Amino acid sequence: MLSTRFTRETLVIVGNGMAGARLCAELVAQAPQRYDILVLGAEPEPAYNRVLLSSVLAGEIDEAALSLHPQEFYASHHIKMETSAKAVALDAAGHSITLADGRTIAFDRLVLATGSQPLMPPLPGMGLEGVMAFRDLADTRRLQALAARAAEVVVIGGGLLGLEAAAGLVRRGAKVRLLHLMDRLMERQLDHAGAAHLRRAMERRGIVVEIGASTSAIRGEQQVEGVALADGRSFGAQAVVWAIGIKPEITLARSAGLETGRGIKVDDRMRTSHADIYALGECAEHRAQVYGLVEPAYAQAAALASHLGGGDAAYEGSVLATHLKIAGVGIFSCGDVQGAQGTSSAVLEDAAGGIYRKVVTEGDRLKGAVLVGDTEDAGFYRDLLAQGTPIGGFGADLVFGPQFFSTGTQVAA
Amino acid sequence: MSVVGPAPGIRTTCAYCGVGCGVIARPDGRGGATISGDSEHPANFGRLCVKGAALGETVGAGERVLHPLINGTRTTWSRALDAVARGFGETLQAHGPDSVAFYLSGQLLTEDYYVANKLIKGFIGSAHCDTNSRLCMASTVAGQRRAFGADVVPACYEDIEEADLIILVGSNAAWCHPVLHQRMLAAQAGRGVRLINIDVRRTATSVDADLNLTLAPGTDAVLFSWLLVQICEGGGLDREYVARHTTGLGEALAQAKVIAPDLAEVARATGLDAADISTFVAWFMAHPRTLTCFSQGVNQSAQGTDKVNAILNCHLASGRIGKPGSGPLSLTGQPNAMGGREVGGLSNQLAAHMGFAPDDIARVERFWGSAHMARREGRKAVDLFDAVARGEIKALWILHTNPAVSMPRADFVRGSLGRLDHLVVSEAFAGVDGLLERAHVVLPASPWGEKDGTVTNSERRISRQRRFVEPQGEAKPDWWALSEVARRMGFAKAFPYQSAHEIFCEHAALSAFENDGSRAFNIGGLAGLSRAAYDGLAPVQWPLPAGKSPSGRMFAGGGFFTSDSRARLVAVASPALREPTTARFPLILNTGRVRDHWHTMTRTGLSARLSTHIREPFVAVAPEDAAALGLDSRAYARLRTAHASAVLRVEITPQQPQGQVFAPIHWNDATSGQGRVSALMGAHVDPLSGQPESKAAPARLEKIDMRSFGFLATRRHLSLPRWLVHARFAIAGGEGVVFACECPPADLYALIANYLPDSGQRATLRDEGAGRYRTLVTSRAAIETLLHIGPLRDDAALDMAIRHFAAPEHDSRLRRALLAGHAAEAVDQHGPVICVCNNVHAGSIRAHRAAGARDLASIGAACKAGTTCGSCRPEISVILAEPVAATIPIRQPEVSLESS
Repeated sequence: MLSTRFTRETLVIVGNGMAGARLCAELVAQAPQRYDILVLGAEPEPAYNRVLLSSVLAGEIDEAALSLHPQEFYASHHIKMETSAKAVALDAAGHSITLADGRTIAFDRLVLATGSQPLMPPLPGMGLEGVMAFRDLADTRRLQALAARAAEVVVIGGGLLGLEAAAGLVRRGAKVRLLHLMDRLMERQLDHAGAAHLRRAMERRGIVVEIGASTSAIRGEQQVEGVALADGRSFGAQAVVWAIGIKPEITLARSAGLETGRGIKVDDRMRTSHADIYALGECAEHRAQVYGLVEPAYAQAAALASHLGGGDAAYEGSVLATHLKIAGVGIFSCGDVQGAQGTSSAVLEDAAGGIYRKVVTEGDRLKGAVLVGDTEDAGFYRDLLAQGTPIGGFGADLVFGPQFFSTGTQVAA
Repeated sequence: MSVVGPAPGIRTTCAYCGVGCGVIARPDGRGGATISGDSEHPANFGRLCVKGAALGETVGAGERVLHPLINGTRTTWSRALDAVARGFGETLQAHGPDSVAFYLSGQLLTEDYYVANKLIKGFIGSAHCDTNSRLCMASTVAGQRRAFGADVVPACYEDIEEADLIILVGSNAAWCHPVLHQRMLAAQAGRGVRLINIDVRRTATSVDADLNLTLAPGTDAVLFSWLLVQICEGGGLDREYVARHTTGLGEALAQAKVIAPDLAEVARATGLDAADISTFVAWFMAHPRTLTCFSQGVNQSAQGTDKVNAILNCHLASGRIGKPGSGPLSLTGQPNAMGGREVGGLSNQLAAHMGFAPDDIARVERFWGSAHMARREGRKAVDLFDAVARGEIKALWILHTNPAVSMPRADFVRGSLGRLDHLVVSEAFAGVDGLLERAHVVLPASPWGEKDGTVTNSERRISRQRRFVEPQGEAKPDWWALSEVARRMGFAKAFPYQSAHEIFCEHAALSAFENDGSRAFNIGGLAGLSRAAYDGLAPVQWPLPAGKSPSGRMFAGGGFFTSDSRARLVAVASPALREPTTARFPLILNTGRVRDHWHTMTRTGLSARLSTHIREPFVAVAPEDAAALGLDSRAYARLRTAHASAVLRVEITPQQPQGQVFAPIHWNDATSGQGRVSALMGAHVDPLSGQPESKAAPARLEKIDMRSFGFLATRRHLSLPRWLVHARFAIAGGEGVVFACECPPADLYALIANYLPDSGQRATLRDEGAGRYRTLVTSRAAIETLLHIGPLRDDAALDMAIRHFAAPEHDSRLRRALLAGHAAEAVDQHGPVICVCNNVHAGSIRAHRAAGARDLASIGAACKAGTTCGSCRPEISVILAEPVAATIPIRQPEVSLESS
């Protein structure tokens, strides 16, 4: 069609979180002027760095530092961006979406970057005032207020988010009790010993940690008064923060008949089962994997922007690596941290330095690594794992880090 | 303003060997001292060997016996002395004097020795008073008494500088008498004295010898018999000297011809090249100034006395005795072996070079005013401890020596001590192997530095050993304890001593008492020393009769101490090892010392410096024997004899002749596990001297496949099980232990982890795949314990641990390096990763900047940093702008996800 030569395609991005914002930046770089872009964000704020919310909670940075793009970014690149614009229906065949305010918007291509929702289990008392999640800026502001009056807060969930919430709250003055259902903190990223190091670090900061704590009910009349556990114990609290996990937000895709599993299924070009609809970030399921971290989302954004710009970059998955700091404690985890059958593990611990390291190897290859405390060598292990570099040359000193194997020679043996 | 100079030095003599070097001690005021050589002492003129130079590290160190103990419980001196006196008194009353014995030491001072000897031989009435000199010098004593009529060393150290030929026999002087060896090497370099080294193995002494004769064990007398024959038949005989001053040449020569009928037979018997034997003879003939220095290779033999006499025969026949640069010179092992011999510390002597002839007994009895004189020779060491084992000796006082370690068949001796009704031990150091726990009474003794008296060195030179630090705890001089016990036993009148000075004067007086010149040992010239003169006594040689000047060389003009004043040439027995090898025990085990350790290591073991040379026991094996047994340089082996076994690291060395192995004597259960080498030796003694054969025991080696190796560095002593093969050594700030085990590393780790301290913070490595287990225990400021266990021996990791153990502080980097066993040295991996895309550390960027890359483009070209996403380029610029050698912290956000 002649018109398409002169009329740019309309690209609608549903979701203005970190994935959507990154996609905008990548499109500007890789497909400039190619699309009329409309970004729809459900939250009242423009794109912000969700990862740094715990730093805001802890008072380490202010809200202004969260901004991902300056206001003029959108205008200067001719990107239309709407806040408080929630999409409620998708007509895939008809190439249109409907917003909560009733508007219908046509697209040539659509990107779903709807992210995820916090898991909130159906327990008695979940509707009480003071029961909340830790997902967005609004949650963050409520938690700050709770901490400011030294409230007793129960945080449920000993993963990254729960730990960050607990650390931020305790730093701002709240009395925090952290409940975790599993037998150790961050059980998906850490082995037992690594988790124990992390637990001690949390306890040193004043957080009471309860392991194997199964919540049975939230107590209270109208306002939260406490938490009851399945084993009969109960703890008083003025607020309960749920951080037991997230579920991909796929309502729109599923109702439109797109293929979904845990997330919206996509191929290596981030294309869904509909040729003109794409998905990325926490809502996307790529090669049966749903990522809850920002790094894969950014890699997906780069690949998708390349594709949308006519390039042939493909996203082939991310090495599962977690690299972060919780209340000053560095955590890095990648690959097999438990040590499956046939692997061999080397563990280095330094109590005085608050350091824990484990490397899991199989034959001549690194299979996984956990670093707690000092994560200076995270990149080294991540690259070894990602690139499958033979480790024979590093000798048995791999766990000590790259500074040590270069001169490490066994003498006289 | 006054200037504080160095602390005033106190002149004393070294604690170790019989060279008797003068040292100057400068106390540091905190119980320690610095030690330097005394340039005015004629033994060493300021030189010190490494052991002497490290003496300062040992003063005030070590775990001491600080209080008297009765059955392991602390008590007062008064109660302890009562118990000692009562024990001996009751034993004496019930079982007679033959049930009582003393076992003394060449490390006792003469004054202590004198009082002990007087008490037991003059007042208890037993001559069962022997000394560890029996293990060291007894054959020389017997040989000299047989040849000269007295235990006299005819030569002196000055002869080293006067000689043209020095023959070392059975002496690794380079390690065991280093200061004299250095004098020999100086003479070699100066006036060209030739050195001949006769030994069964090659040693450090071999290196500088002009001729090395590595002969078969036990065949020294074959070589010296051949030499005697050649002297007599080759024109070397001093006919006038022999005729005027000797007897016995005929018999001695006839027997020498039987032993050494011709050169071929001598070569066959000794295993030497005929040409080398001829060179030896030719050099001897050509050099009238020949000094023959001999030591334990001669003495520690079941034919030791004959070996000594075979040597003395040659010097007597050639008239080479007592003349400048010529004579036999026995190199004594202990600092005061000769002093002990002077007072009569050996069981076959009475006192002051007098024996058990009726006249001697009567004379000493008169002098001492004794009522209970011993009237016949007592038991020599091996016999004495056999009598202990049989229950015949029931009360024993051991002073300053540890027969539980140093006696042959040491396990048997250690066990026998348990049979005693009454065992008294005077000891300075706690934790010695097998002794204190068996003692009924332990008396805290003063070691070197705390005690005061005299010693006599190998050239008959009496020197003062002076106190320069205060005694620790309730330690007392041994003469005081002995005198107090004597008083409690009713002999107060004969033991009125208030000072070592009084005792020395009495000892000197006895040497001169009714001595018309028939007794060599006469120091009557010192009997009247005032206290001040005694305290200021300069080193002086005996004999020193009253009114005469001291003598240096002896016997140039005859004047022997036999009944006819003639020396005796002795027909010696045909050489043969007492215990031949067998199919079961095909190797000959030789024992001896290493350079930097001494006896049972109670003192040298305190010095970190002395542990750097050889830190663990070993068995030296010839390459041929090692190959036959499948031993390599990493191997351990069980060294087994008919008496015991030890497990030792194998050292393969061509210095060791095939068929012979060598193991050092120093280690024992206090310093090792399975390292008690003396326990391996049999108790075959010389029929005259009673000295046991310590140089040739039939033995076998059995390879042990060790599966795990490791080490500990620890601030506090950690006891380890005896079965574990290990060795302890001093390191700066604590103690090191190396060990090896047949079990897998994981099992060994599980065991040894039990011995680690509970307190402190831990850093660990558990590497199951590689079988490596390491634990570092630290307190806030100090490294407390470091443990490494793995499938390989890692000496580099141990060396690093030793280097850093005394570090005044530690950080995570040092802790990790100690666990890794080596330092992190790859500069390019230092610091945070700046360029995440290309994994480039700050250290690498700094290294490239130092190498000339000064802008972003050249850094990028050098290491790709900043060439991918570029987000790190500002940080690279910051690094490039750093002042050289400065480091800046790279900002890390409190919470951050890695971003690409």
